Amino acid sequence: MRWPFIRNLPTDFNFDFVRLAPFAAVLSAILIAASVGSFIFRGLNFGIDFVGGALIEVQTQKPLDIGGLRRVMTEAGGEDAQVQSLGAGNGAILRYRVPNDADLNQSTQTVKTALQKAFPGIEIRRAETVGGKVSGELARSGAIALSVAMLLMLLYIWFRFQLQFGLGAIVAVLHDVVLTLGVLSITQLEVSMTSIAALLTVIGYSMNEKVITFDRLRENLRKYKTTPLAEIINRSENERLSRTLITGSTAIIALSGALFLGGPVLLPLVFTMVFGVIIGTYSSIYVALPIILLWGVRRDDEDVMPLKPADARRR
Amino acid sequence: MLASSRWRLVSVVAALIFGVLFTLPNLLPANLREALPPFLPKQTLNLGLDLQGGSYLKLSVDTGALRVEKTTNLIEDIRTTLKGEDIAFTDLGQVGQDVTVRITDAGRQNEALNLLRSRLGGAVSGGGSGLELAAQPDQRIRLAFSAQALNAEASRAVDQSIEIIRRRIDALGTREPAIQRQGLDQIVVQAPGESDPERLKSIIGQTAKLTFQMVDDSVSLAEAAEGRIPPGSIILPSQTEGPLLLKKRAVVTGEMLTEATQGFDGRSGEPIVNFRFNGQGAARFGEVTASNIGKRFAIVLDGKVISAPVIQSAILGGSGQISGNFTAESANELAVLLRAGALPAPLRIEQQNTVGAELGADAVRAGAISLAIGAVAMFAFIVLAYGLFGVFAALGLILNVLLIIGAMSLTQATLTFPGIAGIILTLAVAVDANVLIYERVRDEAHLGRSPLQALEQGYERALVSILDANITSAISAVIMFMFGAGAVRGFAWTLLIGVITSVFTAVVVTQLLIGWWYRAKKPKTLPIV
Repeated sequence: MRWPFIRNLPTDFNFDFVRLAPFAAVLSAILIAASVGSFIFRGLNFGIDFVGGALIEVQTQKPLDIGGLRRVMTEAGGEDAQVQSLGAGNGAILRYRVPNDADLNQSTQTVKTALQKAFPGIEIRRAETVGGKVSGELARSGAIALSVAMLLMLLYIWFRFQLQFGLGAIVAVLHDVVLTLGVLSITQLEVSMTSIAALLTVIGYSMNEKVITFDRLRENLRKYKTTPLAEIINRSENERLSRTLITGSTAIIALSGALFLGGPVLLPLVFTMVFGVIIGTYSSIYVALPIILLWGVRRDDEDVMPLKPADARRR
Repeated sequence: MLASSRWRLVSVVAALIFGVLFTLPNLLPANLREALPPFLPKQTLNLGLDLQGGSYLKLSVDTGALRVEKTTNLIEDIRTTLKGEDIAFTDLGQVGQDVTVRITDAGRQNEALNLLRSRLGGAVSGGGSGLELAAQPDQRIRLAFSAQALNAEASRAVDQSIEIIRRRIDALGTREPAIQRQGLDQIVVQAPGESDPERLKSIIGQTAKLTFQMVDDSVSLAEAAEGRIPPGSIILPSQTEGPLLLKKRAVVTGEMLTEATQGFDGRSGEPIVNFRFNGQGAARFGEVTASNIGKRFAIVLDGKVISAPVIQSAILGGSGQISGNFTAESANELAVLLRAGALPAPLRIEQQNTVGAELGADAVRAGAISLAIGAVAMFAFIVLAYGLFGVFAALGLILNVLLIIGAMSLTQATLTFPGIAGIILTLAVAVDANVLIYERVRDEAHLGRSPLQALEQGYERALVSILDANITSAISAVIMFMFGAGAVRGFAWTLLIGVITSVFTAVVVTQLLIGWWYRAKKPKTLPIV
């Protein structure tokens, strides 16, 4: 091994990315079908941020009595009572919903009192209640923000590249969003406001990847005016493969600390991000580029940008 | 590109000073921080409630109740206006969202319309009520508030509520509550360190609308209960006795109070609230009490009669006391509420979060540890991969972290748990900028360019990609900041700060360092090739 380690990386890769595209298309189709299927049949495990309800984090003095906790909540008027053990110590997260017409705050107070009575010395470390109305608004403002952001990114890419690049990027990002939601649905990780933040990061990272991908493609399109598009795509991807590998690993290494040590609160968030990094890298190569390949690009009116003689540059 | 450039050095040094100065307060213990000379920044990161512990309440102003009250007042105003001019009318009441009245004498319909318009109407922009009036067949007049007027009213109600909540919470002594408007009719209250939301809710949740109303003794309560309530009167529950029949019109309202304090009754020794009216209130109260000696008036709080004393003599001094089964504590709370003023409309609690301080501390620890481990692992990886150039990138990254923390302390942006994860990924994207540059440099070197040419070309070519990618990110951050709510907004701000500092540190800082290194060493080959 030579140091720095980057010198061990071959300078030329010759991987036939395009040949694998049909298989990738099938894979993507299966994954999307699975995501949509899970979405329909399992749905998302919406946290109280979205469906309304209450969440109470407690710490008991004695070992957790999960059945007892659930019974007390139900008896105090909580519907759909759930107890999630936090592993370490005697901590647990309690969740329940209240009937639509009930006063949320009133019933939360009732549940808290009942818990304190049934489990003397119980410590209530966190309590959240969300009414149903807020949830609708959050979803709406989130959806508006997302749509406008996507539209503007499409316009920017159109302005900087070509329309088909922009659409390829948007389709690929939507692909990532569907798969991310799919994985949240399959794992039944809780979807909260935090997950929205994670999803936005995934979109941001994915878009970043797309632009980097397109940049190299555009450069090679200008350089090799008559080479078939498939060949240029292969060439561009091989040229930037080392960067793809290093950046992807960096992102995952950076997140791994939070993934393993962040605790149960951070886990859904960081898991979503790690998944997003992987899927965002994949979709740049196997969703965005194939769309451009199938659609074709304008080759004629791009300005020729010949490589300037190196010695003509200022030092 | 690698030529030594003064502005580059100046900007990096300036950024370093900024980063260190504004990050420093976060690392110092509180007593040292206070001892800093006054020209140095003292702000620390504004930790979100999930990291700090505290209470979060989201309230919405009940605009429906506001409208009901507006309509009730309108009906009373129409009644007195028409009576004042001796215009006979029937069928005064609410129809759907509007109010209609039938003028008995067909010939006076126009007169009545003009009268009502001049007394009650007027465009919102001209300071009027925004009331729209129209003559209708069958001698009727229809009155409705314009949407503009209702929205303006709701907006005013929210602003007023915020002001009143602030006054009430300040009286509680909770430290630095953040009270913000959100959307059209919502208010968010964040009280760090306050882990008892019940205290907060009991003081925010009360409308504290105080009115003094005359008891209507024109019909007996039994008759009224059977549905023969005289127009302009209403039955309200009472704290001390059965329900009472009251005139709807308030003689004096809580807004006319200038003072309210908790005290004890001289004779019985029970807790009471002492109050004093302003000039207008004192005059009105004096007038009414003088002409109603022997009758009863009721003190009504939020639609409930607290007490209904008999008027013994005209009360001209403008001060008085409220008694009614108070404890010292509840009397004090009422005094606080009366001093702060009544909320223009009831508030509904939409959402409430409480995080215990201990959990907050755990969260900070977990977040800090995972951030540190992620960062260290990333540094190690980049140094292992790129050697000396990796060290340059890592130095840029350190400055980046300082700048992000500094900028967030300066702008007092809220750092939340998701924000920490966002920062970690921002750092990864910052590293990506360096990876792009270095890989480009390697490409150029493999094409046979000299080290200097490879470096210059590498920076120049990679910059296009870096800018494109980061401008795209910045676009989405700005949009999320503009349209998003709550957590999304804070997250977007973190992201935007990160995008700007990352481009700067990944490009400018490493360029400066590599430039120095190149001029010092004049290398024949690059360490990464």
